[in-house]
Amino acid sequence: MVKLTDAEQAMLDGQAGAATSKAMELLIRYADALGAERFVETNNVAGVPGSAPQWVKDHYAADGGDYRAVFSRFDLDSDEVVDVPRMNAFSCHLQGGMDPALWQEQGMSADAHANFVSDEAEVAAHGIQILKTCTPYLAGNVPVMGEHCAWMESSAVVFANSVIGARTNCEGRESTSAAMLAKRIPDWGFHRDDFRKGQHRVSVEMPVDSIFEWGMLGYFVGDVVQDTIPVITGDISNPSLIRHKHFGAAAASSGGVEMYHMVGITPEAPSVEHAFGGAARGEHFVYDAAARRRIYETLNSVGQSEDVDYVMLGCPHYSIEQIAQAAALIEGRKVHENCALWIFTSRAVKATADANGYTRILRDAGAYLMTDTCSAISQAVPKGTKVAALDSAKQVHYLPAMMGIEGWYGTTAECIDAACTGKWKGKLA
Amino acid sequence: MTQLLEKPRIVLRGRKVVGGVAEGEALVTRQTISGWGGVNLMNGTVIETRHELKGQSFAGKVLVFPGAKGSSGWSGIFHMAKLRGMAPVAMVFNIMTTKAALGAVVMRTPAVTDCDQDPLDHIRTGDWVRVDGDAGTITIWDRKPD
Repeated sequence: MVKLTDAEQAMLDGQAGAATSKAMELLIRYADALGAERFVETNNVAGVPGSAPQWVKDHYAADGGDYRAVFSRFDLDSDEVVDVPRMNAFSCHLQGGMDPALWQEQGMSADAHANFVSDEAEVAAHGIQILKTCTPYLAGNVPVMGEHCAWMESSAVVFANSVIGARTNCEGRESTSAAMLAKRIPDWGFHRDDFRKGQHRVSVEMPVDSIFEWGMLGYFVGDVVQDTIPVITGDISNPSLIRHKHFGAAAASSGGVEMYHMVGITPEAPSVEHAFGGAARGEHFVYDAAARRRIYETLNSVGQSEDVDYVMLGCPHYSIEQIAQAAALIEGRKVHENCALWIFTSRAVKATADANGYTRILRDAGAYLMTDTCSAISQAVPKGTKVAALDSAKQVHYLPAMMGIEGWYGTTAECIDAACTGKWKGKLA
Repeated sequence: MTQLLEKPRIVLRGRKVVGGVAEGEALVTRQTISGWGGVNLMNGTVIETRHELKGQSFAGKVLVFPGAKGSSGWSGIFHMAKLRGMAPVAMVFNIMTTKAALGAVVMRTPAVTDCDQDPLDHIRTGDWVRVDGDAGTITIWDRKPD
């Protein structure tokens, strides 16, 4: 059983209000399920509080069917509906259901948009930052090494743990919403030193030096180590934010990796011994030319037709560096009449893209720079989409399965070419 | 009424994740399960490409699986499946993660982990299984043929 401090007991007893008491109740059930013995304090929470599609609100019609009902009954899993105050922790809203301006292009109904607007007003009124992105670290929320966070979004979690050295488990909607009020999360898993040690080794025997290659390696690593912590050594070079972003997202999709060590690259892996907390253990996997080809073929196994009608870039959400690259690749060209190109980022990054003229370059070429969401989250693809091309290993893992379409994985340049020609010509060099 | 053999084939003992008692037909996989992007919450069906349960629904079943993987939307998707009446009635899993723990908590389905023997070696799809979360026991019967 989880032990409570006096302050936690006081919250449970209702001294900080009914909603915080309900939040503590849920967090205690959750801590006991995990087998956690105590909580850690957190003041950095990222989740998707309160927002809901209309059918969920209708489900709670007897409780008022509003934000208050959804937050109480769904987010806090409470049997009673309680008043929801402003959040106590520094709290951010991750990605949501549609672009605030281009929702009609995404095929959303006016009713769904009205629901989106009303949810967003509630989120803001409850003191939650409207970051609306799966990459909060690109939109102003950058934790520091050792900071205890409660974050959702598998790609953000793996980035925070691995690249920054912050500490968070892969939290869910209900635990993050509760943590926004209680400023607590179970002291379990990645919050604890012992849990952060490597479990398996991956030797890279193939040069991995571009975002495309880092993505394939990430997909391989997740596939072989599943949800454990890999220690990666070998011929991996030229780290950058967007490469880690892509690698971690791929590893979190094919497996469930929530932290990785790259020896000599990530902060908790100055050496193999340090990353393992002693001698290397677990299994030893090798990423070589054959493994690379196998991963490429796996990622492209749901592609048949070379007639591409949709190109989606931005999973996880594009950085300003990637938007600049995409704009440079497409400037002076046009998206093919049988194809659409949608690029996804956060509102904060789009503001920079607007100021730099990238949004206009993309628009002049017939592409859209969209925020807040992506095709997998919103389940919105251009009408009639049958074949998509993607530069994200994570997105090619999810989108074809969710939407029943074909998908190709390739480089950003191959994807932009497909958008401008309507034909997939990607291949493994 | 489901007819059962009088004696269970085996009883496994483990640790409570969520209390309560429920029973039903087992749906067993040796592959980890994604929530968001891996299942359709409207009918409880696994949709992940290449998953051995692709096209099968866990609604009303005792879901026996190694553990959760993928998106942090795991609990939210299973929670919404519960609102639709499409959740598993109980869960048995091997690898504790925040996804599986929180999902079980908000579905309020009896769930057990850390068993004395690997449940994947002892439970087959179609077996009749009772999960007693409070006692931490999993009781398994062969279904009697009609």
